[in-house]
Amino acid sequence: MAKTIAEINEKIKKGEAVVFTAEEIIDRVKEKGTEKAAQEVDVVTTGTFGPMCGSGAYLNLGHSKPRIKIGGGKAFLNDVLLYTGFAAVDVYLGATAIPDYDPKNTVFPGGFQYGGGHVIEDLVGGKDVKLTVTAYGTDCYPRKSVETMINIKHINEAVLFNPRNSYQNYNVAVNLSDSIIYTYMGILQPGMGNANYCSAGQLSPLLNDPYYRTIGIGTRIFLGGGVGYVAWNGTQHNPCVSRTKNGVPRVPAGTIAVIGDLKQMSPKWLRGTSLTGYGATLTVGIGIPIPILDEEILKHTAVADEDIFTPVVDYSVAYPEREPGTLGEVNYAQLKSGKISIKGETVKTAGLSSYVKAKEIAETLKGSIKKGAFLLTEPVATLPSVESGISFKPMPSRPVKKVK
Amino acid sequence: MPKKRIVLTFPNRLVDQPITYHLIKDHNLMVNILRANVTPKEEGRLVVEISGKKKDMESGMNYLKEMGVDTQPLTRDVRWHKDRCTQCTACISICPSGAFVVNREDMSVSFKKDKCIACELCIPICPYRAVEVLF
Repeated sequence: MAKTIAEINEKIKKGEAVVFTAEEIIDRVKEKGTEKAAQEVDVVTTGTFGPMCGSGAYLNLGHSKPRIKIGGGKAFLNDVLLYTGFAAVDVYLGATAIPDYDPKNTVFPGGFQYGGGHVIEDLVGGKDVKLTVTAYGTDCYPRKSVETMINIKHINEAVLFNPRNSYQNYNVAVNLSDSIIYTYMGILQPGMGNANYCSAGQLSPLLNDPYYRTIGIGTRIFLGGGVGYVAWNGTQHNPCVSRTKNGVPRVPAGTIAVIGDLKQMSPKWLRGTSLTGYGATLTVGIGIPIPILDEEILKHTAVADEDIFTPVVDYSVAYPEREPGTLGEVNYAQLKSGKISIKGETVKTAGLSSYVKAKEIAETLKGSIKKGAFLLTEPVATLPSVESGISFKPMPSRPVKKVK
Repeated sequence: MPKKRIVLTFPNRLVDQPITYHLIKDHNLMVNILRANVTPKEEGRLVVEISGKKKDMESGMNYLKEMGVDTQPLTRDVRWHKDRCTQCTACISICPSGAFVVNREDMSVSFKKDKCIACELCIPICPYRAVEVLF
């Protein structure tokens, strides 16, 4: 029954493709069995919507008159620091950048009300933002400062380019200490007062293609409300981890780097995000279609919340000190029930990744494919998988040599 | 028995007056203080739940008005911006009064205004700053 992506695309163009979301496929496979369902179904759509700090956008701002060399200078959008170490008027706006005047955690816990993620949301929402530049001036780029309002409509390129998104599984965070802590996993109450998780579970893209058989470099995806592509594996991509029998990683594992035209995206799916005491970031909406090329691929898409396990980690000592060991393992069905049991104690749970929005993305993508508006792509290269031998490296700690 | 949650704002001249005592003693009302913020010589704010007979509630409210205590329903002060909420559920485990609830069938979040006690615990927790308390 093996199908090809080209065959599936023909069916999509004719409006005949059979598409299920990664949630709907679970019951379909229970009803029909994997063999029949694999014959029937052409595409399964996935989705995720959560804070993803490995995000940002590069922009080409156009040339001022007289010209200014932003490269090597200092530039800000709405006072948020940009990276300028590129050509004259190219800059990179990172999701976690914050204004110089932000008190950060000097007034603890910092609110981080506005940062790079918020600038991206404002840009993509069509709002004017303030550009401030100072430069050293050269013969060919004499100008030394610029202050102007810019709008995404009037700049040459605005490209979302996220080096690490869509983590395949993620830790559950708790706090074993006796005081409140403020983390990227949210505010954690002392004495395991709460447990926070962050994954779309059974809807999450990489959990539905655990060995990256169809998601690879060049895969066309739903990104921030527009069309994007998988550019590469994400940073910290770590496929060689412990997995359950169904192939699903039991700890954070694969990641993807994604790219797409920011001008076609929407502020609904790119949201500026403030994590109290931690920082500013961007919440990104991603949806990936999985072509059902054979029965095994289908079987993987039928993974349900109760089949996906994740470790519970203490964020007061174990995580910051990089100490090994976890407090046990729970599945996403338990997490989504509102309480889990850790070492015999019942702990209330809360999510940081929106299942409602993940489902909306999977359904939107399903709709686009069904009406022939979104064709699938053959990956040009695969992502490193379990046979890659990749190991997750810590930062080295070596004596610093004097540079002459 | 009628019950309502209100925000009482005291001007500085009333900060040292035993207003709550009079509500209980003279007007026969049950007063449950949910939250208090009193700045000596400036002003005071109390979030209270008052219950009692209809007649007593009326006389109690008249007493507050005569004393110059500003009263407004609690619900007016707490705003959940549904458009800013992403339904992530981050607020669910912290909300002590069950004002934020999640439908476990589809994981959608809703806000029951009448249950909110304006404790503000959800405010720093919401990554999208979708809750606003106007005091």
